[in-house]
Amino acid sequence: MTELPEFHELTLPNGFSYKQPTGLFINNKFVPSIKKETIDTIDPSNGEKICSVYAASEEDVDVAVKAAKDAFKTTWRHTSGSDRGRLLVKLSELCERDTDKLAAIEAIDSGKPFEQNAKGDIGELYNVLRYYGGWADKVHGQTIPVDDNKLAYTVHEPYGVCGQIIPWNYPLCMLSWKIGPALAAGNTIVLKSAEQTPLSALYLCNLVVEAGFPAGVVNIISGLGPVAGSALSTHPLVSKIAFTGSTAVGQIIQKAASSNMKAVTLETGGKSPLVIFEDANLEQAVKWAAFGIFFNSGQVCTSNSRVLIQEPIYMKFIEKLKECIDSDYKQGLPFGDDTVMVGPQVSKQQQDRILKYIEIGKKEGAKVFTGGYKVTDDEVLAKGYFVKPTIFYDVTPEMTIFKEEIFGPVVSCIPFKTEEEAIELANDTLYGLAAALFSKDITRAHKVARELEAGMVWINSSNDSDFRVPFGGVKMSGIGRELGEYGLTNYTQTKAYHVNLGWDL
Amino acid sequence: MLRTSICLKKSIPSLVRFYSTNKLPLSVPITLPNGIKYDQPTGLFINNEFVPSRQGKTFEVISPSTEEEITHVYEAREDDVNIAVEAATHAFENTDWATQDPAIRGKLLYNLAELVEEHQDVLASIESLDNGKALQLAKGDVGLVAAYIRSCAGWADKVYGKLIETGSTHFSYSRREPLGVCGQIIPWNFPLLMWSWKIAPALATGNTCVLKTAESTPLSALYASKLVKEAGFPRGVLNIVSGFGGTVGAAIASHPKIKKVAFTGSTRTGRTIMKAAAESNLKKITLELGGKSPNIVFADADINKAVQNIILGIYYNSGEVCCAGSRIYVQESIYDKVLEAFKTQAEAVKVGDPFDLETFQGAQTSQQQLDKILSYIDIGKEEGAKVVTGGSRIGDKGYFIKPTIFADVKEDMRIVKEEIFGPVVTITKFKDVDEVIKLANDSEYGLAAGIHTSDINKAIDVSHKIKAGTVWVNTYNDFHSQVPFGGFGQSGIGREMGAEALDNYTQIKAVRIKIY
Repeated sequence: MTELPEFHELTLPNGFSYKQPTGLFINNKFVPSIKKETIDTIDPSNGEKICSVYAASEEDVDVAVKAAKDAFKTTWRHTSGSDRGRLLVKLSELCERDTDKLAAIEAIDSGKPFEQNAKGDIGELYNVLRYYGGWADKVHGQTIPVDDNKLAYTVHEPYGVCGQIIPWNYPLCMLSWKIGPALAAGNTIVLKSAEQTPLSALYLCNLVVEAGFPAGVVNIISGLGPVAGSALSTHPLVSKIAFTGSTAVGQIIQKAASSNMKAVTLETGGKSPLVIFEDANLEQAVKWAAFGIFFNSGQVCTSNSRVLIQEPIYMKFIEKLKECIDSDYKQGLPFGDDTVMVGPQVSKQQQDRILKYIEIGKKEGAKVFTGGYKVTDDEVLAKGYFVKPTIFYDVTPEMTIFKEEIFGPVVSCIPFKTEEEAIELANDTLYGLAAALFSKDITRAHKVARELEAGMVWINSSNDSDFRVPFGGVKMSGIGRELGEYGLTNYTQTKAYHVNLGWDL
Repeated sequence: MLRTSICLKKSIPSLVRFYSTNKLPLSVPITLPNGIKYDQPTGLFINNEFVPSRQGKTFEVISPSTEEEITHVYEAREDDVNIAVEAATHAFENTDWATQDPAIRGKLLYNLAELVEEHQDVLASIESLDNGKALQLAKGDVGLVAAYIRSCAGWADKVYGKLIETGSTHFSYSRREPLGVCGQIIPWNFPLLMWSWKIAPALATGNTCVLKTAESTPLSALYASKLVKEAGFPRGVLNIVSGFGGTVGAAIASHPKIKKVAFTGSTRTGRTIMKAAAESNLKKITLELGGKSPNIVFADADINKAVQNIILGIYYNSGEVCCAGSRIYVQESIYDKVLEAFKTQAEAVKVGDPFDLETFQGAQTSQQQLDKILSYIDIGKEEGAKVVTGGSRIGDKGYFIKPTIFADVKEDMRIVKEEIFGPVVTITKFKDVDEVIKLANDSEYGLAAGIHTSDINKAIDVSHKIKAGTVWVNTYNDFHSQVPFGGFGQSGIGREMGAEALDNYTQIKAVRIKIY
């Protein structure tokens, strides 16, 4: 229990100074948590504490949810789609104005390289908020012809209060994917940021106020999953819960949601395959594969963590992949060097977990082509949670590193002979988030794509998402789709109206 | 001056074409009656520049509330239209305008909406001066303009095709692609609003435009062209050619490189344009034409509100509204009460100087319109209809007409059948629902209708039976960016606003790839 100042005066490594809010953002104000509980957030590039912020308890979640419910009933449900849209577009413009600030906070809190990663995230934040701003006045139902005695129509109405729990790998992007469609569709929200990365969301709350959102529409709380996350997923006034994170926690949330039959959407883990046929453009396959596993230090739900390579080009691909790491995936601190592509993992816990998987891989007989260790040779980087980009090869389906999600810069390479074998290996997983394939033969590409069990397939690219195209997984990778128009439908429920025009009994 | 009945079969030019030997500057400083000073562009807007017309011709722009000249602007002819079409063609074919990420087009439209809002006072004032409408109405128009452009901005990257599942042997999908260069011809009753209804969906979907304003109201679109450039639209994407229907309009309708023509105006001209489109290159057409919309008051209506709505239905914008509720039908039992209240309110409508903020009804837009309306008033009197109130011009300077009500009309009278387009309305009794539906539908038009009743089921039932593109219940002239607007019958082809507007500016391409 600690008393925190309303703001910390922070100065970031690139010289940017600002006031970091510490409170829970409820009803357009920052407030301390009721029991004054706090969490510390660490800079993963050097292991040092950045600052503390207030952490929500179950009681705080209750306050936030009630604020959201109240705002929904009194103001937000009477705010027209056009007006909701304008607010979202205004918020996007403020984010664009503050790109460097938001990117800097994101970089220090999550370890993302400022220039090559965090700034791009703010671009996505801007795009997604604007995109949903454009949908807000276009959420229409249908009129359905039945006969002269009935006027039948549907309204796609909002749920009311939506609980949203986001992860630490793309804090602001994930925030935009959640709040954009929810607000556009007319809901109010209580969003819990990840405990490892609470800072940028709190700063964004300043922009929420500046944009003119009425109090209680957007509520953002920092907190621990088992405390605040759990409270949100069981709260009786929350009508819908949306979660992005691990499959294990997703399952807990789905169970918790059954308490009051909340609608649930989950975006969970993946072990996505990238299939490279021998007729692929090898150079491009290498570049996209590298992007798909080493960008964001491999902390991407859709990362192509299993690469299946057709035998004739197997070793050639692996050699070229290593060359690509050496030339294009410089590892280093988030600030200072604009060419750094790979930062640290987000926390010691994540780093340990990845290293453990690497040991298991070695023990189970997978061969290491490059990497496979914690970065200790550099004095500076040794202080942070860096893991060297790693290539395992001759991995087989029984191995743990073939099956389980590592969530780090570690790729498993597997050879295959035939198209059928590739499909079988690709689908041999409990997950089904994404898949990618490289081939110059478009007919084969479409045929194989149809066979792959995944929510998204990339043909001749990888991890090439667009905010207008639905994103989500099949099998254990989740329920529902985010982004695009589909993302909007996650946040509406259909109400059918029947008007009797003349049928008297 | 002796006013004689004008034979409506001839069209009489009401604007003097002033062929000056002195070059008209491309920008003219104007001080508006409310004190706002601004620079009025006078040129044609082509490739993001204001240019003189090639032949140097100009025409006069008159303020209808004073009959005084505001300025001249350059008058386009066929050669200027050709240049504009070349510019628009180049922008469509040879730049990435149509093929780039559509969110970029959306962003430009958002920028334009912001600029329109920033310049709302000037724009509303220009509109009031040029068109004669009350300033308070012009302000409302400009608000709708910004809102509509914003709405289309949001559509830009949401124009979907379909993935069509036909089985595992094929990969089949459809795309919605832009048409190319679109010719757009707009009227004078809502100059800037009509400009926005045309350009916003066309540009959002990746087309390029050549737009002709009405000869009586060229000013606001030219000012707005400055904002188009400032918003960042690339050159050639939007071009404005001020000029006359017989030359510029005709050139657009028959131009071989224009892929589509969109027209709002009279049914008669709409027919001409449709013929020209067919005879030239079969360009796509959408038309938003005339109306003689019925406004129906049932005995169970809230009478006060109904009277407000019938006033709004005919005197709003001086009756120069395509969907004006120009035939009022009142159920027998409340007819006398309604007529009395309506007469009182009509006489209370403040007609006068557009720049007086108390004014509701301004001037009719031109001498031609004034003459046409006055001649219909004469026709009504000759046909034996009773003038309940109004029935004449106000004063002799400025095109002002008294709010007019004709009663004791017969359905076959010309004033009941033909569109007058002014503050002149007919009012008739009816017995029951079936009778009024017949009366309402007895028209070659079908643009809008109004129903006033407290029985929603009856309202819905009647709405479904009335042959009109928009039916208003307990309101009138009540528009929204997302609600489609257009006519049945001879009131037009196609719908503007709503998602439906996008259909006007896209064509479907189906792609079917054999994969097994």
